[in-house]
Amino acid sequence: MSICEKFLLRLYITGHTPRSERAIKNLRRICEHDLSGAYEMRVIDILEQPQLAEDEKILATPTLIKVLPPPLRRIIGDLSDTEKVLLGLDLLPVDLNLQ
Amino acid sequence: MSIENPKIPVEKLSTGIEGFDLISQGGLPKGRTTLITGTAGSAKTVFAAQFLAEGIRKTDEPGVFVTFEEHPAEIRKNLLSMNWNIAEWEERGLWRFVDASPQPGHESIESGEFDLGALLARIEHAVRTINARRISIDSLGAVFTLFSNVLLVRSELRRLSAALKGIGVTAVMTAERTQEFGEIARFGVEEFVADNVIILRNVLEAEKRRRTIEILKFRGTTHQKGEYPFTVLPDQGIIIIPISAIELKQRSSAMRVPSGSPEMDRMCGGGFFRDSLILVSGATGCGKTLMTAEFIGGGAKKGERCLLFAYEESREQLLRNAHGWGIDFEALEQNNLLRMVCAYPESAGLEDHLIAIKREIDSFKPDRVAVDSVSAMERVGTNRGFREFMISLASFVKHREIPGMFTATTATLMGGPSVTESHFSSITDTIILLRYVEMLGEMRRGVTVLKMRGSMHEKDIREFTIDDKGMHIGKPFRNIIGILTGKPEYLNVDNADRLSGMFRD
Repeated sequence: MSICEKFLLRLYITGHTPRSERAIKNLRRICEHDLSGAYEMRVIDILEQPQLAEDEKILATPTLIKVLPPPLRRIIGDLSDTEKVLLGLDLLPVDLNLQ
Repeated sequence: MSIENPKIPVEKLSTGIEGFDLISQGGLPKGRTTLITGTAGSAKTVFAAQFLAEGIRKTDEPGVFVTFEEHPAEIRKNLLSMNWNIAEWEERGLWRFVDASPQPGHESIESGEFDLGALLARIEHAVRTINARRISIDSLGAVFTLFSNVLLVRSELRRLSAALKGIGVTAVMTAERTQEFGEIARFGVEEFVADNVIILRNVLEAEKRRRTIEILKFRGTTHQKGEYPFTVLPDQGIIIIPISAIELKQRSSAMRVPSGSPEMDRMCGGGFFRDSLILVSGATGCGKTLMTAEFIGGGAKKGERCLLFAYEESREQLLRNAHGWGIDFEALEQNNLLRMVCAYPESAGLEDHLIAIKREIDSFKPDRVAVDSVSAMERVGTNRGFREFMISLASFVKHREIPGMFTATTATLMGGPSVTESHFSSITDTIILLRYVEMLGEMRRGVTVLKMRGSMHEKDIREFTIDDKGMHIGKPFRNIIGILTGKPEYLNVDNADRLSGMFRD
């Protein structure tokens, strides 16, 4: 997969809690570092737009949805486990763990 | 968040589920959360959905359904069989789904801390949007399977429960159990989400399923205790049969109605009481169906309408037999004096039969009811189920203040007690025994009025014969003992005289 492809990411949070802020900060860091800036990120506060959470059937917050490139993936949590986030963004070779 | 006013006792919200408001003494505690727990197939989802459906149908109260298991499309489809048009209610803003069911492709990777804030926000949003008064959450166990951290799910559910209380909605949450008798629910959810616990059971007993509902606790308010049988009907949902909650408050009448046989009326001291239950017990073929036919015919002569439930014979057989005794059932039917309901006992469960009987009585509004025979129902349910059926049936007929004739087939040809008698005899007002009597190598039939509440009655055992005019009650058997026990013995005249002399002053 080419890194040049632009990533479209959506981060759902419930209010600006410390956990939400942590998730935003972690995501920014990973994006800048591993996506070399080729991304578009949108933060959605469910408390303000609950219908968007209903449409996406989101249960947990924070939830990160990788809209593009396919496949669609969901990562929940404050994104503090960078390796898991990279796995979810398909930026880690899956067979790495198997060897 | 609103705190409940401590000066006001716990109010109840009428659920509209038939029988439930009676056993819960008014409904579910208002503004609180009630846990509904049961094994797989115990009708938890039906209860949760019906709680909303009845609110919409009876009082136009909007409701929110949170589903963790089934997809809303499946629920809409499944509940259409109950005649609940959820899609239409959704359009009218009376029903709203919060879909938390597993979505293919939504499997997520966990990275760091999270909570279920999104779910809570969605539920609150749904409740506010349609101004819901009721909410059902089905089921809690499924939430635990979605996330790896059980402790987190617990604390989030507790938060949800508190939030619901804050909004002031009355909530029902379902949870699975693994056994019918044992811990209340998996994951110990009852400890932290609900003030009120209801258990639904679906016990397999002697190869028969028996559904019961039990209110285990209602914090701060009262309810009926113990298990109550219920059934789930395709077009009505859950119907609870509140047996021991039935009050013994029927009035009593001194008015007499004819039994259909003038001799029988004489034996009973002038006919049956208008609001009495009459049990006719006897071996197969000794004239029970004939007695019910006479009972129907006697009513019809006075213009009284009769409802007959036949569980042993088909319509055609009944018509033919009654015709053989000179009673034209077909003509009675045409004159709207008779309605026959014929069914195989095995065609449904006891609870379903009971509800069918009640519905027939409510719609036909008969002046007398006959069931031939109730003992046929013995084989449909468990012993306990049958007893509850009998009590419930008896009390229902009594409340209508109409006479009811029930027949029971004895276990052996020569008489002896049957299960029906042992369950039923204490709640009947009149018991008539029909017995075969063997005399000098010949079979004869005997009839006696064993008990008649509130009236003098004859104590003799009389012989009766059957011909094309029906039943003819003749003279008492003399010089014979042991008819009732099924071992008739001849006494010669000397012995008989000596016996009667023994009790003379």
